[in-house]
Amino acid sequence: MNYQIDNKGYYGIFGGAFIPEMMHQNISELQNCYMEILESDSFKQEFKQLLTDYAGRPSPLYYSDRLSKQYKTHIYLKREDLNHTGSHKINNTIGQILLAKRLGKTRIIAETGAGQHGVATATVCARAGLKCIVYMGAIDVARQAPNVEKMKMLGAEVRPVESGSKTLKDATNEAIRDWINNPVDTHYIIGSVVGPHPYPDMVARFQSVISEEIRVQLKTKTGRETPDYVIACVGGGSNAAGAFYHFLNDPDVKLIAVEAAGKGVFSGESAATTQLGRPGILHGSRSLLMQTADGQVIEPYSISAGLDYPGIGPMHANLFATKRAVFLSATDEEALKAALYLSQKEGIIPALESAHALAALEMINFKTDDIVVVNISGRGDKDMETYLNYYQLIK
Amino acid sequence: MENRLTTLFTRKEKNILSIYFTAGFPNLNDTVTIIKELERNGADLIEIGIPFSDPVADGPVIQHSSEMALKNGMTIRVLFEQLKGIRRSVSIPLILMGYLNPVMQYGIDDFCRKCSEIGIDGTIIPDLPLEVYQEEYKEIFEKNSLSNIFLITPQTDDERIRKIDALSNGFIYMVSSSSTTGAKGSVDKEQITYFERVQSLRLNSRRLIGFGISDKTTFERASTFANGAIIGSAFINAIEGEISIEEKVNAFMQKFVKTSII
Repeated sequence: MNYQIDNKGYYGIFGGAFIPEMMHQNISELQNCYMEILESDSFKQEFKQLLTDYAGRPSPLYYSDRLSKQYKTHIYLKREDLNHTGSHKINNTIGQILLAKRLGKTRIIAETGAGQHGVATATVCARAGLKCIVYMGAIDVARQAPNVEKMKMLGAEVRPVESGSKTLKDATNEAIRDWINNPVDTHYIIGSVVGPHPYPDMVARFQSVISEEIRVQLKTKTGRETPDYVIACVGGGSNAAGAFYHFLNDPDVKLIAVEAAGKGVFSGESAATTQLGRPGILHGSRSLLMQTADGQVIEPYSISAGLDYPGIGPMHANLFATKRAVFLSATDEEALKAALYLSQKEGIIPALESAHALAALEMINFKTDDIVVVNISGRGDKDMETYLNYYQLIK
Repeated sequence: MENRLTTLFTRKEKNILSIYFTAGFPNLNDTVTIIKELERNGADLIEIGIPFSDPVADGPVIQHSSEMALKNGMTIRVLFEQLKGIRRSVSIPLILMGYLNPVMQYGIDDFCRKCSEIGIDGTIIPDLPLEVYQEEYKEIFEKNSLSNIFLITPQTDDERIRKIDALSNGFIYMVSSSSTTGAKGSVDKEQITYFERVQSLRLNSRRLIGFGISDKTTFERASTFANGAIIGSAFINAIEGEISIEEKVNAFMQKFVKTSII
């Protein structure tokens, strides 16, 4: 089975480019030239060098002794939290800024949920000397304040979005509208494996460095290139896409995607798209989508701004439909507990998003000789206020 | 079967006035009243908007009307119920305009069949790309005598415009500038270059210019470069408020119709 994109931009029945004519020129330009650019020697060399010298890659693959003892198996943490800017998002923004330069674009726009992608975009724009505008839901601006300040310090303009649910979905709508209004000079750096073709594939390729490194690092540490499990959280799904990418065709590697169940999958306040969604179209692609019977998009909920999205990338929808990946979900409470546990047992404060992946360790019966890789997609600095509120409650 | 769009374009070549409004706004049951009043006041063509939660091609005015319409309870099902029997009293072409997801969830076959039963003449689905229409939808639309209207923008190259022209059997919707919907105030030089470029292609299809057409001046200016123009946001702004919907539609249309246009 092929889990990669086909030559029409689809993963099985999911994907495609469902865009208004106003975006046609930019999207078809990207479709026509992204592979050529990504595969050119000059691009590859520049991308690799920046990942090493600027982002600090490879990120460590750390054997967690204490988690391994707790869950009676072998647990490795892929430390994307140690990247420059504090998450995996920098992998993609470095790739896209190099692409934007080659396309001659002078103005960059982005959407952001938790602010990690916004910061990563503002960072590469500062370095490249390009104007940067970040759209962020008004609710997220409030709950991820440190990242808003960082973006401003980096020289970006943060535009709070007041429409709809005032979170990631609406920030994405507003970024798309900006692009429609500024088609000539602007490149839209989408932060996840969502959006019209070629974005899901392009972002997955930039993030695939995560699984490329895991293979090499595991081989050195264990003599095996492939683990038994790879576990990652999924909002749109970019860190999961990167962590799964080079294992898609290794059927013995179990891929575990963890969605945000919010206050409970069926509580009415959740973002567990595979459990609550049906095929539908949002933000330019056909995927699974939380929606009413009439096709209106349902406003999702998660304590984690980065997972608070009513869809998932089309690649993940296909992994779900073909059962190549197993989709679990973790509630706010389970994620908070997992974050506290990792902090106190390993001295690593994970991002709330990544904490959902850690929460899944409780849900799986591992064998003692299993090798498990959990992708720690980001660090928890931005979530300190949420964490403190919670831990004061449980004291 | 009678094609009201063809009839209109045979009868009238210039200054065709098309009005867009969002179904379910300002009140859920205003739909039929607005349509009748628009026809009575001289609109040539009406685009009935199906509200969507995430209208990415629309500016603030249509976003707002869509949000209100959804709050009021508008759905495709409700709209079809309201439009049942509309052809007993309204004879100008009616077009449904909406995003693909609600249409897809309703079911594309059922949607087209129902449009045909009611007497809808065409659709505008901005996020249904030309290529997907050709491969997956064209046959169903044609079977139900529905014209699908495509958009072109200043970014659309000549080759693609010709392709769209060949596939069009209603009219071509010329998006006036690189923008989401909503008023711009005037027609600038860059737009005129684009309008003239499209004019010089000598297309088979009729062309209506939309986006940023807000008053008699912009309407007349745009009409000199095409067969007419489309007004959306400005009309929606005009029908929000306290007085009766009939009066508001009348007042707005007076400004256009009872002057030199017709």
